[in-house]
Amino acid sequence: MSLHPPPTPDESAAAATFDARIDAGETIEPKDWMPEKYRHQLVRMMSQHAHSEIVGMLPEGNWITRAPSLRRKMCLLAKVQDEAGHGLYIYCATETLGVARAELIDQLLTGKAKYSSIFNYPTLTWADIGVIGWFVDGAAIVNQTVLAKASYGPYARAMVRICKEENFHKRQGYEIVATLADGTPLQRAMVQDAVNRWWWPTLMMFGPSDVNSPNSADLLRWRVKRYSNDELRQRFVDLTVAQAQAVKLTLPDPELRYDAETKHWEFGEIDWAEFKQVISGNGPCNRERLAARRAAHDQGAWVREAAAAFAEKQRRRSAAPAA
Amino acid sequence: MAAANQPDHASDQWPLWEVFTQAKDGAPHEHAGSVHAPDAEIALQNARDVYARRGEVVSVWVVPSAAIVASSPEDQGPFFDPADDKPYRHPQFYKTPRGVRVY
Repeated sequence: MSLHPPPTPDESAAAATFDARIDAGETIEPKDWMPEKYRHQLVRMMSQHAHSEIVGMLPEGNWITRAPSLRRKMCLLAKVQDEAGHGLYIYCATETLGVARAELIDQLLTGKAKYSSIFNYPTLTWADIGVIGWFVDGAAIVNQTVLAKASYGPYARAMVRICKEENFHKRQGYEIVATLADGTPLQRAMVQDAVNRWWWPTLMMFGPSDVNSPNSADLLRWRVKRYSNDELRQRFVDLTVAQAQAVKLTLPDPELRYDAETKHWEFGEIDWAEFKQVISGNGPCNRERLAARRAAHDQGAWVREAAAAFAEKQRRRSAAPAA
Repeated sequence: MAAANQPDHASDQWPLWEVFTQAKDGAPHEHAGSVHAPDAEIALQNARDVYARRGEVVSVWVVPSAAIVASSPEDQGPFFDPADDKPYRHPQFYKTPRGVRVY
């Protein structure tokens, strides 16, 4: 099955040392020896993560000019700017594995790379912005808090940095939701509708169930992930149900019930057929998102050219003999 | 040094700069991450935009990544072992009279 030649004795020894370091909870740094598969899985996972931050700006950017107040607009601008920064942190961490950022961005723009399926859903009302902050950033925090302890140093450090900033995203979303939930019947209906539309796609963010997750075993063994997709999904549900109750909103799952024995909220079956559709490019907004990214990249070309020309001019100026 | 500032046409992107930030007066500069930029001035601005959006930074350094020379993991043992067998460089090595505050 393997496409690689059998490992040389030298490589087997290095692999054994690597596994021992992972088991001892040590951190792997860019220049350390690592199995090719570890490097490959990290590049795949980290670049997907970076792409998700970048594409994640689009659904929210849609509402910056239509925010209901200056305060809301200012907060949303800051949040979207953070997401650009988060994408850059993770691209930078991915580059330490010997891959160029230009190459990763090219993979995104040509549609070769995957990113989180959640960003392929439309933001129909202002309430969606609140629910995205509450649900989507809430789910991201559950994921990223664990990734902050990942075995690969640059990834873990990028996650620590991101987690510090992500809490503001969730709170600004939850504040919007709480405000609307406390508003007119129309506002309550609007925010309940947003909750109904975003709940299931958010649960899909944690990825396929453990039994169908092709990469989970490797990532868990190498301590890139420390909990399975299903464990993290459960943690998110347990946290969020109470938050929904606090603002008197319902979650669209008739099977949601508290199990006093396990102390967990049981929830219904996720529509994995929908997940597969969206992941494979057929969600409501996949084409629109990529078209927007490509347009932004092309329309930004003049900025990159101007910066390069400016740098060149400065260089020539400083090299010129003083008159 | 100048070589590090030439755009890297192989990957068609600006050179890479390592970013070090100081969180507050008196703290050491710590590695924060990296940025791409065509020159030092823009590298500094990019570093500010990416790594200092919340007033948690009072000073930033950018260094062309290519200019950094680092010890290599393979040599970790031999490179640092001159310090391994010198317990007398630690205060615990020394016996002092009981009941006296030494520091």
